[in-house]
Amino acid sequence: MMILSGDPPRSRILTLVLVVIILALAATPFLFPGAKALNVAAKICVFAALVASYDLLLGYTGSVSFAHTMFYGIGSYAIAISLYGMGPNWAAVATGIVIGLPLAALLALAIGLFSLRVAAIFFAMITLAVASAFQVLASQLSWLTGGEDGRSFQLPELLRPGTVLISKSLFGFEINGRILTFYLVFAVSALMILALLRVVNSPFGRVLQAIRENRFRAEALGFRTVFHLTYANCIAALVAASAGILNALWLRYAGPDTSLSFSIMLDILLMVVIGGMGTIYGAIIGATIFILAQNYLQSLMGLASTAASEAGLPLLPGLLHPDRWLLWLGLLFIASVYFFPTGVVGRLRNPAGDKSAGNSH
Amino acid sequence: MTDLAATDPLPKPKRDIAPILLPVALALVTIPLIGSPSTWLTLTAASLAMGMMIFIMASGLTLVFGLMDVLNFGHGAFIAVGAYVATLVLAPFAASIQADSLWMNLAVLAPAALLSMAVSGALGLVVERVLILPVYGQHLKQILMTTGGLIVAEQTLYALWGPQIIPMPLPASLRGSFILGDVAIAKYRVLAMLIGLAVFVAIQLVLNRTKLGLLIRAGVENREMVEALGYRIRRLFLGVFMTGSALAGLGGVMWALYREQVHASMSDELTVLIFVVVIIGGLGSIGGCFIGAILVAMVANYGGFLVPKLALVSNILLMVAILMWRPRGLYAVTSR
Repeated sequence: MMILSGDPPRSRILTLVLVVIILALAATPFLFPGAKALNVAAKICVFAALVASYDLLLGYTGSVSFAHTMFYGIGSYAIAISLYGMGPNWAAVATGIVIGLPLAALLALAIGLFSLRVAAIFFAMITLAVASAFQVLASQLSWLTGGEDGRSFQLPELLRPGTVLISKSLFGFEINGRILTFYLVFAVSALMILALLRVVNSPFGRVLQAIRENRFRAEALGFRTVFHLTYANCIAALVAASAGILNALWLRYAGPDTSLSFSIMLDILLMVVIGGMGTIYGAIIGATIFILAQNYLQSLMGLASTAASEAGLPLLPGLLHPDRWLLWLGLLFIASVYFFPTGVVGRLRNPAGDKSAGNSH
Repeated sequence: MTDLAATDPLPKPKRDIAPILLPVALALVTIPLIGSPSTWLTLTAASLAMGMMIFIMASGLTLVFGLMDVLNFGHGAFIAVGAYVATLVLAPFAASIQADSLWMNLAVLAPAALLSMAVSGALGLVVERVLILPVYGQHLKQILMTTGGLIVAEQTLYALWGPQIIPMPLPASLRGSFILGDVAIAKYRVLAMLIGLAVFVAIQLVLNRTKLGLLIRAGVENREMVEALGYRIRRLFLGVFMTGSALAGLGGVMWALYREQVHASMSDELTVLIFVVVIIGGLGSIGGCFIGAILVAMVANYGGFLVPKLALVSNILLMVAILMWRPRGLYAVTSR
């Protein structure tokens, strides 16, 4: 219980699901051969951490930020630019981390301090405006960021697929640099999620929840809500930037589409809402469901679309086309905000009381 | 303090003119920076036209927030829908659009714009009933619901019209420029300015000279009190929401003609602009929204001419500067 900061999943089914997900992720290189399965597993790890950090803001402080992909992108670009510029060595990795993380934290601090001056209601709009400006900057400063093409780079020797650490003859499995990178991603993501659990279950996290429920009352109790909110913003930004670093290391690439685009922001929002806001565990569930669906359901949609067009149905082929994936996501999003405001985790924890819990806001 | 008799007129509220002077000052300051007066005039006309179009799109959003405390992140959807609907009318009558007669052009443009407004307004009714009604008073869910609505609307447009960019040529008689000496002012910009000004005057007249406007302004300032007096503010709000959506549709048509193309993601770039305008104008204030729209357009046009690199972040810089000066926007109307 210590490692979970005294906040266990509190539901048998939820515990079981989480254990299955984590074991499956940990054993992916051995259970599911092939590059695609490993890519999906790595993406789930990165997004679980990223979504958990967003949950700290959305679920625990109740503030909607649209700038989360900006911090994610800062991490990605920092590591990509330093590895691209300095060559594939560990010094470049360290430089990327040393530049990226403080930059993200400083920017979060600046946004936090600035939105203090203005009405709290502006926060979502201001973050949206700042994030879109950052996106434009990243695509225009092509000498630095590679513009729309992004930056591809080489990893240090140890993490490359060609590096064989344990040959196949020993256990029947080959452990190469790629698998080592996967475990690096897995371990760092797991650590960050555990750290976030620690944060939300600390006295600090309790104050955040108090602010979410009633900011005025929290302030009347003597808490400097401004300090708490800004601090939470900085922590979330740091974790998001770290997730960005992991993602760039895994993809060996950073570009606007993989790290900055608005659709990633929507994905994150969706994962938090599906998994369950204000639970941290919801991030793992939400990321797993969403990314599995994104990678495997989309091809099903393609099949359904061709079947519908062969059957001569009007309109349906267009609606079921894999490119219209977002349409169904949007509908799912509205439905889950409306019918399951507490998400999968909330449902599993409190199957009967979901209705009242959802309406008590 | 002097004594007032009962028959004396009420003391006039102080007029706050500093925000009005701001765009004027900005325009004057840039004259020496730009150097050539004819370039300056062209840029100023461009900013005024762009500002009017943004104002038309943003005016509904600011009233919707002021009146019912509703944050609508899906406002951009009405803009795109308006533009797409206009293509339904403009494409079959391409011949009359290309005819070089102002009246024939307007005879097609006007019904197209009206149809766009009607469809956007009707969509506004659906959105208000389906997405916003269940989540009154819950900002977090409003943002989530309307964001979801925006995705669905955008993707439906893609599914119906396809992902390609649809060209939307300007009518023949609106192409080209008026030449005054060595100053060239595009004809369409003059039309945009006229329509924008007409919308602004109409909104101001309704808000300040009718009982309906009185109720809306009272509702923006204190909703509970208007309800306590026996008025159904939700019905009033539905009307404002639909009008705002219809205006966004009109703005969408005008913007599409301005850019001469229609694209489902056109709402993305505009949503950010509109938010900046609504924030710096002060939520709920039409006057602030008007000045904010002109300021944003001026900064974009002058900035784009003087320091092209800076223009990318000029909106944010403007927003920061204004909010440092007045944290609640140019005119703070609501008490929230």
